Amino acid sequence: MAIPLSWYLIVAAALFCIGFYGVLARRNAVAILMGVELMLNAVNINFLAFWRYVRPEEPLGQVFAIFVLAVAAAEAAVGLALIISIYRTRKTINIDNIDLLRG
Amino acid sequence: MLQQVIFILMAIFTLGMALGTVTARNLFHAALFLVGTFAGVAVLYVLLEAEFLAVSQVVVYIGAIATLIIFAIMLSRSMMGKEAGAMNKQWLFAAGGSALLFIVLAMLLSKVPFATQVAPVPPDTIEQIGSSFVGVYVIPFEVASVLLLVALIGAIMLARERHG
Repeated sequence: MAIPLSWYLIVAAALFCIGFYGVLARRNAVAILMGVELMLNAVNINFLAFWRYVRPEEPLGQVFAIFVLAVAAAEAAVGLALIISIYRTRKTINIDNIDLLRG
Repeated sequence: MLQQVIFILMAIFTLGMALGTVTARNLFHAALFLVGTFAGVAVLYVLLEAEFLAVSQVVVYIGAIATLIIFAIMLSRSMMGKEAGAMNKQWLFAAGGSALLFIVLAMLLSKVPFATQVAPVPPDTIEQIGSSFVGVYVIPFEVASVLLLVALIGAIMLARERHG
């Protein structure tokens, strides 16, 4: 095939690391959620790349990617609802200021 | 050859958009960069001959999740770009850590030999996906649908305005 498997894996790794940086470094809770979405997308690229290059005759990789998609949708809905709820009670979604559980 | 050129262009586009997502100071710009990233990933899916997932990516991620994120930004917009900066105190460590993780992963992935094959994709892949959802993977499928229902009800309960 024209494109080697490792290219896809390296692009997915780069996307995952960018999302990881977003999760660790951003101060806004919505931006952190965006980083999580980037990481989930990177995982899906890996699932599809392995499906295409290792076992294209079985749809296992695609099925897994669809489950990741469904869980990502559920995660986004609950996460954003939590953020809106926190914003209502604390008037901020800056992660540095949401430290009620700090001992 | 053409495929490789398209792949490299789309990879650069996707990663650039992703970098914009995590570095943009204005949260709304970050959300628009996120939409670009999702579109780039959908093109990568097309290059992998996974058309069903490419369409699902556009419908679910761009159509639903990005819209949801933009709504959340608008509902909590009082701090858009006005405070001291988008990054927290540990951003330098985070950047170093993720760069290190990427270097290690890239070195590993370019060296490990995977048992790849050049078999063509069967023409009835979408049919296979559909029948496996009501066959082999019926229990995970049902669990996923229950999860979505629970998440929906939970999201409504969490975001509801409470009186008294």
